[in-house]
Formats: sequence, structure tokens, C-alpha cells
Amino acid sequence: MLGYVIRRILAVIPVMAIVAVFVFLLLRLTPGDPAAIIAGDSATPAQLERIRESLGLADPLHIQFVTWMGQLLQGDLGTSIISNQPVTRLIGQRIWPTLQIGTLTILLSVLIAVPLGVLAAWRHRTWIDYAVMTFSVLGFSIPVFVIGYLFIKLFAIDLRWLPVQGYTSPSQDLQGFLSRAVLPCLTLATIYIALIARMTRASLLEVLGEDYVRTARAKGVKEHIVLFRHALRNAAVPIMTIIGTGFALLISGVVVTESVFNIPGIGRLTVDAILARDYPVIQAMILLTSAIYVFVNLLIDLSYTLFDPRIRY
Amino acid sequence: MTFIPNGFSGSLLAKSRSIALAAALAASTAIVPAGTALAQDGETITAVMHSGLRVLDPIITTAHITRNHGYMIYDVLIAMDENFEVHPQMAEFEVSDDGLTYTFTLRDGLMFHDGEPVTAADAVASLNRWGERDSGGQLIFDVTESLEASDDKTITWTLSEPFAPLLDIVGKQSAVPPFIMPARVAETPSSEAITEYVGSGPFTFVEEEFEPGVSVTYAKFEDYVPREEPANWMSGGKVVNVDRVVWTTMPDAQTAMNALVSGEIDYLEQSQIDLLPILEASPDVVVEVRDPLGYQTMGRMNFKHPPFDDEKIRQAALMAMGQESVLATLIGNPEYYSLCGAIFGCGTPLASETGSETLKAGGDPEGARALLEEAGYDNTPVVLMQPTDVTTLTAQPVVAAQQLREAGFNVDMQAMDWQTLVTRRASQAAPADGGWNIFFTNWMVPEISSPLINPMVNGRGDDAWFGWPEDADLEALRDEFIAADDAETQAEVAERIQAHVIETVNYVPLGQYLTVQARRSNIVDMIQSPVPVFWQIDKSE
Repeated sequence: MLGYVIRRILAVIPVMAIVAVFVFLLLRLTPGDPAAIIAGDSATPAQLERIRESLGLADPLHIQFVTWMGQLLQGDLGTSIISNQPVTRLIGQRIWPTLQIGTLTILLSVLIAVPLGVLAAWRHRTWIDYAVMTFSVLGFSIPVFVIGYLFIKLFAIDLRWLPVQGYTSPSQDLQGFLSRAVLPCLTLATIYIALIARMTRASLLEVLGEDYVRTARAKGVKEHIVLFRHALRNAAVPIMTIIGTGFALLISGVVVTESVFNIPGIGRLTVDAILARDYPVIQAMILLTSAIYVFVNLLIDLSYTLFDPRIRY
Repeated sequence: MTFIPNGFSGSLLAKSRSIALAAALAASTAIVPAGTALAQDGETITAVMHSGLRVLDPIITTAHITRNHGYMIYDVLIAMDENFEVHPQMAEFEVSDDGLTYTFTLRDGLMFHDGEPVTAADAVASLNRWGERDSGGQLIFDVTESLEASDDKTITWTLSEPFAPLLDIVGKQSAVPPFIMPARVAETPSSEAITEYVGSGPFTFVEEEFEPGVSVTYAKFEDYVPREEPANWMSGGKVVNVDRVVWTTMPDAQTAMNALVSGEIDYLEQSQIDLLPILEASPDVVVEVRDPLGYQTMGRMNFKHPPFDDEKIRQAALMAMGQESVLATLIGNPEYYSLCGAIFGCGTPLASETGSETLKAGGDPEGARALLEEAGYDNTPVVLMQPTDVTTLTAQPVVAAQQLREAGFNVDMQAMDWQTLVTRRASQAAPADGGWNIFFTNWMVPEISSPLINPMVNGRGDDAWFGWPEDADLEALRDEFIAADDAETQAEVAERIQAHVIETVNYVPLGQYLTVQARRSNIVDMIQSPVPVFWQIDKSE
């Protein structure tokens, strides 16, 4: 298995190289000029040109690409064109809120969604099943900002139990972090609970119809052992897949939630960089997101061996 | 709840400004009961600003948020008050009788945040860098014979010919004020951003807490020596009453409003007009107009390509447009907008509305149609650029497109993000090849209040602002303005510039609108000015 892991990690290199070339070219083909953002509205064309030259944006495309790749190979993600700050510093400031909120959300979602899905499958075609499925459809259909606003109205404005917005680092103030993380996590979790509960139910229903489950029941095995030890473990592969890809999606797609709850995460960093055509930041963020996807996929693949002994790498 | 009447009604604005200011001060102090304790050591004001701070060099950019940052950590030699009069700030000034020599003498006690004293050499280096970047500064340096530090405290600026508006330009509050930096920082080329953020202003920049686009922290500069005069716009004593000011960014307007209502923040620089009723309903929030001049919204045509290379067709376009529809769509609440045909902005000393009758009357589609026919318009498409991601710029293109169509123009409205627009407007290519015919933008009124700083009022062809009008008559009028040595003559020349600009349709002023700020009721004594400043402001307990 170690050989497999090493092979997978090495396979990341060509993937990242292709992503890097693609992202670089795509960005340069998109209309936009970071020099215009820096200079502001009243800059003359001559002033813009001078700024463009000083930023190296006037160089031929292949020179810009070689310069960037040279930096990248030395582990240097470059400097933000707009804020003049190292990209690694920007990402370092912004990735932790997103990772913390994302991890809490997935934990919360799994803790709620898996039992819900099991319950719905176990009580298939009863009111419990219908209730879980109704929640699932609603949770997946209501836009995240609507859920966010509703939670803010109820818990922060009317009841005043929690703050409206913001982020505090858990290392500085754990209670402050948790009180601010509850609403964004609940908001994001609504979708993932819906998704994971639905997947758990579907996988479990398939497994519950298998011969070995009928055999276990015929042998008089207790129902909770049938459900959790026999059925759920065999249904776990697609559930783990959805949890894993859900986490990767969460990390790369939390921008709306970050905006509604004013969390300074990487979603907002990416969108702001795109709007300002801050090329080094956009390139670094897309590379980082790609790396997260590859890494999460690797973890998912490895996790299969825990649930299905037949899978070997 | 307290609401400060803004006194904003067309030409009455200038007269009412001082009354509005008095009302604002009265209102803000009235909400603090007698004996209420004001800010103690360690007091922080958390403010949500109109935009995130990303660029830290206030000379390289004209972005308002960076200019506001500049006023926090830097100081200026001279500064304007609400009557557009220039006063000493870091330096006293003297002008020689022949108008050729300006002498600035730095006052005592000026200190940079790194503990070094501010010297005349620092001021000279800062002015030189600013002069390369600012359009008004460039005009001064065109006639500058020498600018030098005569000694540690004296700056001598010698001109080759008189330039009467020099003090007005050096003392202006926007778009690029000449902030004074240490010489070693100011020696950075003006096309490169500075990397050291040391000023001599009333606040220091807390670099380790800076998160670009998210949060910036300022701490009171204990060694700052304020002037003794009361603060007025950017002039007067900058007395800091709080320990720290934190600017934070909230991309979601609803969240920012909720945070203010719940007391998580103290101040909201700009509130969406349609959210005001919620803020006004909160007993702990004060909604008010801080800047009674507000913004001018305007349209600019491309002089290089048909159909707007034809003056008559430009005149037809201007005749087709009416301000009321544009402003009503953009702002909605008539309390916060005003019809104004003055290219230098209503409420400014040079305001004149000559020639703007049809604009203010809602347009004249029939007249425009007749003029268009007379000009022989051949149905050439008008490429109108519409930014979709900037709230304050989405309405103008849509309304103007409809007005132009009603007058018989063939309008090709193209939606794009603002970044694409600012790139495309720099292109002089034909509209069909990636160029353009017309776009819209907004300016703070002080930024367009004089022929020397209004970016559009420039007829230098390719060296002019986007649209590139080549207009020798306009340049001659600007020269006349520079030569005018008293306010009366300046106003007379400005009126002729107004008439000329409207006649040649250099650009189309589409009226003025106000922005509305909101604060917790314990935030008091904020200065009424176009730039939100955090000196004098206090936080009661």
C-alpha cells in the first residue's frame, strides 16, 4: 500500500503541471488588467502603461510564464499584484477559517446525517422515511444564503443567542470561535446533511435487500447489529465518497457562506482576486484547490480498505 | 434615532452646508446625555468601510479607500476646509508678490511614526513623487523651476510663471493628495508601490494585523501634535480620542447592517438605501449624510469613433438623456439624489448649470431625433458598456440605453464585469474590434470640482482621459483658468468651460447622489466631510 500511496502522490506532479499551464493561459486570455485596479479611475493610459511595465505585465506571455514557473519550482507562489503581500502570507491568513469551518461542518453533517439516513432506510416507506426525505429535498434546494439569513434573524437578531458575523481564531478564544462558528456550520451543514442522509439511505436500502442481511436476520441477529455492523459497513464506500468529495467541495465553494457570515476565508480571497485580476493569487488558489481535491481523493481511496477488506492497493 | 437633514436640494446646497454641519454636530452631541463618559484608554472603534483596503500606496492609486487610509497615517502640508479654502496643516505658507515663489515652513513637533523628525527634504521627495502621478501636480511641475529644501524646515517652490491655483491643488482632499512620507520611502518610483508604511499622521498602521481586503488596524500615534484650530474637513486639529480604529470589510450589505444593529460594529460608512428603513427602526443606530456634496454620476463618449466622433450626434445623445430617470433608477429615494447640470458639481464654488436644461428636464427625445436626422446618423451601432458587478453603476447604462433608443440610436448594450470594462475603455480600437462608444462612472464631487482636477475636462487628445477628446479651445480655456488670479475671474472662466463642455458634449453630467452612513448612537462628534475621518470622533460608554 505504501507503494500505491507514493505512486498516487507522484501522480500529483503532472496533474498540477497541467493545471498550472491551463490556469496561466486561461487567466491571460480573460479580459482585465490588474494595473487598472491599482491605478484607479482617473489614471491616464500612459500612467497605466508605466504601472503595467513595473509589474512585469507588459512582458511577453512566455517570459511571464517562465518567471512564474521558476518561482513555483522554488516553492514561491509570488506576490500579490494588488496588495504587494506574499501570496503564501495571504493564504496562510485565510485558509484556517475555511478549514476549521469546513471540518466542523463535515463532522456535524456526518453525526446527524448518517443516523438519519440509517433511520430512513430502516423505516423505509414510513412517515419517518418521508420526513427525512422531505428535509433532504428542502435542505438541498434552499439556497445557502437564505438559510444563513434565516438563522441570523432567528438566533442572532431575535433571540440574541449568537453573534451575527465574524471569526475568532480558536487559539485566541475558543468560546468566541465556537459561538461564531455555530451559525455558518449549521447553515452549510443543512446541505451536506441532506446530501449525506440521502446517500446513506439509498446505499443502505440496496444493502438491506442482499441475501447476507436476510441470512443474518434469519439467524436472529439483533436488528441494530444487522444495521450498523453488517449493512452500514457494506454501504460505507459510496457514503465515504460523498463525504470526501463534499469536504473538497466545501473548501472550494464556501464563498457565499463566508460573505453572509463575514468569515475571512479562502473563498472570498479567491473571488476578490478574480475580480481584481490578481493573477498570482488566483493561480495559487487554483493550484491549492487542485491539490486539496487530489489529496482528499487519495484519502477516500485509502479509506475504502477500512470498510471493504476485499479492496487492496 | 436621529436623522441629520442634509440640506441637499439643488443650488441651495452650498448655502445649506454650514447649516447642515451645525445640525449634524448638534444632533450628534445631543444624543450624549450630560456627564456621559467618553472613550477611555483601550477604546476601539470598529468600522465597516465601503471597500476592502488592498493597495497601501496612496500615491500610486486613486482608490478612495486607499486615500482614506492615507489620511489616517499620513499628514499633508496644507488642507482644505468645507468652503474649499486652504489652511496650513503641517506647514505655514507664504506666496511672493510676483506669484512665482511659494515658501512652506514646517511647524514644530512633527514626527514620523518611526521616531524620526519630519524634514523639508521628506516633503520635497514626497511632492516630487506625487507630482509624477497626480494630474494637477503634473500641471504645477510643468511650470516648476525648482523645488528644494532650503533648510530642515523650509520648502521653497519656485515657478517659471505664476500658477494661481497651486495652493488649491496641493491642498485638495482627493483624488491623490500629496501625503508626506519619509524621503527614503518617497524615492520609490511612482509606478511602483511603496513597501514601507511610515507616516506622520494621527494614527499608525498596525502592519502585523493587516489582512488585505479583510481588516486593517490603526493605533493612536501618541506623539502626534494636533493643530489648535477646530477640525474642519481635512484641515484643523486632528485630535484622536480613541485608542484603536479597526476597518473591516463586509461583502454582504445585509450582514453589515445586522452587525451594526446588534452592536458588533460601531460604524457603517455606506448603507444601501433600500436597507435604511431597518436601520432607522433601530433605537441604537443613527442614520445620516456625512458628505452633503456626494457623488456625480456621468457618461463619457468615445471621440475617436463613429457615431460619437460627430459633435452633432453627441449633442443628440445628450439631448436624449434625462437625469431624473437615471437617478430614480439608481437611488430610488429622492431624498438622496438631486438634479444637477454643473460639471464641477452643485455646491462647489465653480458650479454653473449653463446648458443643462434638457438634462434636468428629463431629456428631449423628439429634439434629439430631429438633431440625429439633421446629422445624418446612419444607424451605426452605439456600443454601450454595462458593468454588472458594481451596484452604483448598474442602473445608468440601462436607463441611458433606453433613452438613446427612444431618440433613434441603435444601441448595442454589452454586459461585462467592471474589470473588463476598465480594460476595454483603455482600448482605442473601433467598437466592433473590442473598442467602445459610451460608458458611465461616478466621481466624488470634490474630485471634479475644478477644471484642473476634473479628469474629463482635458482636451489633449491621446493624453486626455478615456474618450480622448482633442479640443484646443478647451485647453485654451484651462490656460485662462490657470492665469486667473482672483476667484471672480476663475468663476467667470469656469462658467465658459461649463458652456463649452456641454456644447461639445465632452461628457454628460447625470446628476448628484448622496451616500448614507450609519453609526451606533454612542459614536459621537464625527466630522462632516467627503472623507470619513476618525479624529475628533469619540465613543461614549
